[in-house]
Order: sequence, then structure tokens, then C-alpha cells
Amino acid sequence: MIDVNRQGEVWVFAEQHGGKLEETPIELMSKARHLADTLKVKLAAVLPGDEVRHLSTELIHYGADKVYLVEHPLLRSYQTNSYAKVILELIGKHKPQIVLYGATAAGRDLAPRVASAAKAGLTADCTDLQIGTHKAGKDGEVHENLLFQIRPAFGGNIVATIINYDRWPQMATVREGVMPMPEPNPNHHGVIVTETVRLAQDDLPIEILQEHKRAKKVDLKAARIIVAGGAGVGSKENFKLVWDLANCLGAAPAATRPAVDLGFIDHDHQVGQTGTTVRPSLYIAVGISGAIQHQAGMAQSQKIVAINNDPEAPIFGIAHYKIVGDLNEVVPKMIRAIKEKGVKD
Amino acid sequence: MAYNCVVLAKQVPDTQRITGKVMNDDGTVNRSALPAIFNPEDLNALELALQIKDRFGGRVTVVTMGLPGATRILRESLYRGADAAVLVTDMRCAASDTLATSYILSCAVRRMDYDIVLCGRQAIDGDTAQVGPQLAEKLGIPQITYIEALEDLHDNTIQVRRNIGNGWQSVKSRLPVLLTVTGEANTPRVAAAKHLMKYKKARTPAEATAEIKAINPNAVEAEIKELSETRCDALKARGLLIEQWNLDQVEADLTWCGRGGSPTKVHRIQSVVLAAKESKEVEPTDEGLAEMIHELIDDKIIA
Ligand SMILES: Cc1cc2nc3c(=O)[nH]c(=O)nc-3n(C[C@H](O)[C@H](O)[C@H](O)COP(=O)(O)OP(=O)(O)OC[C@H]3O[C@@H](n4cnc5c(N)ncnc54)[C@H](O)[C@@H]3O)c2cc1C
Ligand SMILES: Cc1cc2nc3c(=O)[nH]c(=O)nc-3n(C[C@H](O)[C@H](O)[C@H](O)COP(=O)(O)OP(=O)(O)OC[C@H]3O[C@@H](n4cnc5c(N)ncnc54)[C@H](O)[C@@H]3O)c2cc1C
Repeated sequence: MIDVNRQGEVWVFAEQHGGKLEETPIELMSKARHLADTLKVKLAAVLPGDEVRHLSTELIHYGADKVYLVEHPLLRSYQTNSYAKVILELIGKHKPQIVLYGATAAGRDLAPRVASAAKAGLTADCTDLQIGTHKAGKDGEVHENLLFQIRPAFGGNIVATIINYDRWPQMATVREGVMPMPEPNPNHHGVIVTETVRLAQDDLPIEILQEHKRAKKVDLKAARIIVAGGAGVGSKENFKLVWDLANCLGAAPAATRPAVDLGFIDHDHQVGQTGTTVRPSLYIAVGISGAIQHQAGMAQSQKIVAINNDPEAPIFGIAHYKIVGDLNEVVPKMIRAIKEKGVKD
Repeated sequence: MAYNCVVLAKQVPDTQRITGKVMNDDGTVNRSALPAIFNPEDLNALELALQIKDRFGGRVTVVTMGLPGATRILRESLYRGADAAVLVTDMRCAASDTLATSYILSCAVRRMDYDIVLCGRQAIDGDTAQVGPQLAEKLGIPQITYIEALEDLHDNTIQVRRNIGNGWQSVKSRLPVLLTVTGEANTPRVAAAKHLMKYKKARTPAEATAEIKAINPNAVEAEIKELSETRCDALKARGLLIEQWNLDQVEADLTWCGRGGSPTKVHRIQSVVLAAKESKEVEPTDEGLAEMIHELIDDKIIA
């Protein structure tokens, strides 16, 4: 733990695998830039790895004022202990006020290990971050310029704002896909600070024997329009309606968890708490009830169209266009209407 | 070769089956709308420990930190095949965040003889998935998160497959190690009749005392104390005593416990109510749909 340090920088853990940056830390950069500007401090990316210097420029273009570059052959693959050691040493040395991690598999493995060793707080899986003022109790102390760490809990049924005013750094992991991807700015300047951390084989207690990564079958996050089907679609055969509607709009097909579990479509297409979080211009929900766990992944869509034969379905609570009717009739009519308007991809 | 496993289990409100309003109007959590259950992935952690015991021998001990009511999940663990259970309960644990929770649990686990410590990946109420890695750090042992399968275990070396989000990894570690187990790892067994028969009599000292008080409503304090001690000795002799520890017994430094030991604090909690800013009913007719499509084109939502 370090003391409250108002001059401390804002840090983002620049997670990379095989010399390629993960998307989530990049998504985090624009928010972190905003936090740093509000606090009038520098934004730094912390980049551990082996032969990853080339990523520094990329991070600077995404908004970093500084990149702490830590290169070591033992940092070639992500491992909890070695990466935690690097982050901990740098925190001890530079005393940042905020440290952010993507809530990826590696981020959620690393950040708690660091937090425990640093005896610092850590807020999990945030969907938003803000700077705000906290008053402890009625006549309590006022703490200004704190990091408000906003996160769903209780299975998505509540949203909590978590703060940390006495033991710093303020640390959080941030959910994938909740912040828009920034555009790189080749005119943004920053410095690369090379750091050395002593590592030995002891820092790698785990041996990685084999690894299988698979490419996603669909990039829902990049889709401007999404047509999603739920259990209400009824069968894999009938799910063709969703594909057809998606095709005539140049949209990506997506689904709820039950639709995936029933085998209508592959898991890569799942939207929601345990799937992908999306924020397209248009989200068309077909035969979807709108459970909180599904909404968690799509409520940020710019426009939502819902087709459901139950007028009480919760999805209608967030829909901009509510179509109460049988999807088997509505979808073909909608496809016809689109074709008549000459809309195509 | 036998391996001793310690399983960390949490009693949680069933956030997946919410039967009413989650939050009271005053902003507190409406516990009555949420029945208390065994955290689902902790059942997977327990199952993995029981499978290790079935194949290699050793003891399975389940530990929970919680209110006395959490004894229920400890008894459930015994019904499924665990050998011993420990309840860590103390008013001074209240309001612990994950840092304080993992500290308290580490004080308890450190008193035990373990080769493998198993946690669920995540609890369905706090939803942080932080306690496992933090506990591993405090115990000074490696962690392997998101376990999907046990691949091999011999000569104090474990090999597992872990989910890394966009794929999987097969990794190896020397023991002792801490694993966090996902729902994909296995299907938890149900209670076995023979364990149920035996352990339905399992009690914590506090429960034993309460029962003695109920049977002897007129007994004085000293008598109750003596009767309870005798009863607890008898339970212990038959392996039916659920250990109950407070923070003094686990020698926890109170600076790191409860609210004071927790750097994270709740600034505000809100129920989730999402609503569209403006919304329209669309007639499910050709005309109605054509009009909507037209509007979406005008708004440049679709091309
Ligand atoms: C709305 C809300 C938001 C919160 N947000 C945060 C936050 O962002 N950061 C933070 O530090 N704290 C947070 N907390 C506090 C946190 O929920 C508690 O510290 C809780 O005791 C442990 O966290 P968890 O439920 O997330 O467990 P997880 O870390 O998800 O649990 C993982 C595993 O650890 C083991 N485990 C966890 N708790 C226990 C236990 N009591 N006994 C035995 N084993 C256990 C189980 O095996 C479990 O499967 C929050 C609490 C609330 C109510
Ligand atoms: C921990 C956890 C994580 C979860 N994660 C996710 C997640 O990531 N993503 C997700 O989607 N879910 C998730 N879920 C599941 C979620 O709770 C809901 O069960 C799920 O979203 C409901 O899917 P659905 O809308 O397809 O099905 P249902 O709730 O069964 O809804 C089907 C709808 O179709 C309508 N319908 C039926 N026939 C027709 C017809 N002919 N015409 C028009 N409408 C019709 C019905 O009125 C109904 O509203 C999760 C749950 C838990 C507990």
C-alpha cells in the first residue's frame, strides 16, 4: 500500500500476448486519458513483455504520455507471479494514484495478486469510471477527486459505486467492450521509460505445457448493426430468420444464452454478462425476454428494436421500437420492408 | 500418495433466482427475496477435491467465513463426502472486502495441513473472483485460475487445463497450489444417504449450546457450560463437531479485518432500472414496419 498521492499518475496495464496488444487495455486508454486530464496528471501505460518495444508507439498514439517498458526473456508469456512482481516494483517506485487493468482472463488473474501484495483495494469488473467527491457520513471527512469505480454486482441486479480513499493506489479491473475503442492519434507524443526488474526462474512457478487459442467466429464488438435471436425463435431451423434479417441489413447475428445452449448458434455469438458486451447503432432483439444478464451486454446500444409476442416482456422496457407480435410473421414482413426500401449492406 | 485438500466455500444469496425486489426502498439488500445457497462454483471446487480424495486418498476440509447460518453449507459439504468443516465467524468480520476476506481466510487455512487449496472461480453475489488469487498470495503459494479439468496429479505435481477466455492452456505446478474452479470442471455429486445419516447430527459448539439451552430451560450458566462441553467432546469423538473459530482463535491481526481492514468502500448502491429515453409502439403490419425502417434510414441508423 502507498499513501494518498495526489500527484500520482494514472496507469493502465498494457496487456499483450505474443507482441500484440489486447483490445481491452486499448479501450481503457480513452477513459484513462480523460481521468488523467481531470486530475491534471500524466497517463502512463505499463508494458511488460519480451521484445515488445514496438508496442510503445502504439500506446502513445492511443493517448499515453509515458510508457514504462519492462523487457525480459522471462516475461515472454504472461504468468501471474512474474508479471505481479513487475507491477508491484513499479508501483512501489513511482507511486501512481490509479492503476487500471482490463478484466480479461489475465487481468483478473493478475490484479488481485498485486492488490493482495500491495495491501491495496481492487474493484472488480467495472463498467464505468468517474472522478468524484465522497463524504464519509453526514459530517464526515470530504474526499475530493476520488476514482468512482462503478460495477454491477449481485448477478447484475445492482450497480455499486466503490471508492478507496485511504490506501492507494486505487485499482480496478474494467470489463471488456464497455468503453469505445479510441482512434489512434499519430500526433500524440510520449516518452518511453525503460525499467529493469530482476527476475529468476523462481518467479515462474507454473509451467505452460500447451496453449490453444481460437479465433472468434464473429466480431460482435465491431458490428454496427446486430440482429439477436432468443429462445423464442424456437429451433435451429427457424433461427434462419435471424440470419436472413441480419443478411439483408449487413448485420452480425447474435443470440441469448438459452439460444446458444439450445444449439441455435455458436457461443461466440452470445451477448450478455457471460458473452460479449456490444454497443452497436442498432440492436434488433427477436424473441428475447430481456433478462438482466442479457441487458448487461446490450443496453448501451444506440437504438433497440424488440420483437416479442408478450407485451410484458422486460426487453420492451429498454426498447426504442416495440413490436408486439409473432416473430414468425413480423420478421418476414420486416425483411420485405427493408428490401422495398432498397436497403443493403 | 494422498493429498489433503482445503475447500473454501461461501454461502450466497441466490442472485440467479430472484423472486422479488432485490433492493428495499431504503437502499439495503432485500435478503428475503434471495434464498441462501451454496455458491455454485464452490460446489465444483468441492467436487474436484472429492475426486482427488477418491483417487489418491487424503482429507477434504471445507472452510467458510460467514454468519452462523452458513453452517448449512458446511453440513451440505459433509453430506457430499467432506471429512471436516470449519466455520469462521466473528462480528468483527463484517463489511470485509476481498482483501480483508482473503486475509481472514488465510489465517484459518494456515492452521491446516494442505497440499491443494480450492476456491470457486467466483461468488455470485460479490462477483469479484478476487478472493482466490488474493488468498494464494497471502499463503505464498502459486495460483492457477479458471480450472476446467484436472489432467494429472502425481509426485506432488499437478497438471490442469484452464480457460483463458479465447481458448485454453494446459499448465503444471508443484504443490502446494491454489486452484480456482469453474462450473465447466465437473458435475457436483449429490449428498450420499450414508453421509446424510451420519452428519445430520453434526453441530458447531454454538448450535450444541443452543440445543442444550432449549432442553434445559431452567439451567444456570455454569451448568449449560458444562453440559455443552461434554456434548462437544462427544460430538468430536464421533467426528461430528463442526469447528467454529473466531478472529482471536485464528490469530488474525484486527488491523486487516472487517471494515477497517478494507480499502474499498461502497459509495453508493443502485438497483438496475434501465429504460429507453423515448420509445414507440410499432404495429406489426407491413405499413407499421415500413414506417419504422423509414425512420431508421432517416436517422442514418441503417444505410
Ligand atoms: C455490491 C458489492 C460490491 C462489491 N465489490 C467489491 C469490489 O469491487 N472489491 C472488493 O474487494 N470487494 C467488493 N465487495 C465485497 C466482497 O463482496 C466481499 O469481500 C466478499 O466477502 C468476497 O468477495 P466475492 O463475493 O466477490 O467473492 P469471490 O472473490 O468472487 O469468491 C471467489 C471464491 O473465494 C472463496 N470465498 C469468497 N468468499 C468466501 C468466504 N466468505 N468464505 C469462504 N470462501 C470464500 C470461494 O471459494 C469463492 O468461490 C463488494 C460487495 C458488495 C455487496
Ligand atoms: C450468471 C448468469 C449469467 C448469464 N449470462 C447470460 C448472457 O451472457 N446472455 C444471455 O442472453 N443470458 C444470460 N443469462 C441467462 C438469462 O438470465 C436469461 O435466461 C436469458 O437471457 C433469457 O434468454 P431468452 O430471452 O432467449 O429466453 P426467454 O427468457 O425464454 O425468452 C424468450 C422470449 O421469446 C418470446 N417469444 C416466444 N415465442 C415468440 C414468438 N413466436 N414471437 C415473438 N416472441 C416470442 C417470449 O415471450 C419470451 O419473452 C445468464 C444467467 C445467469 C444466471
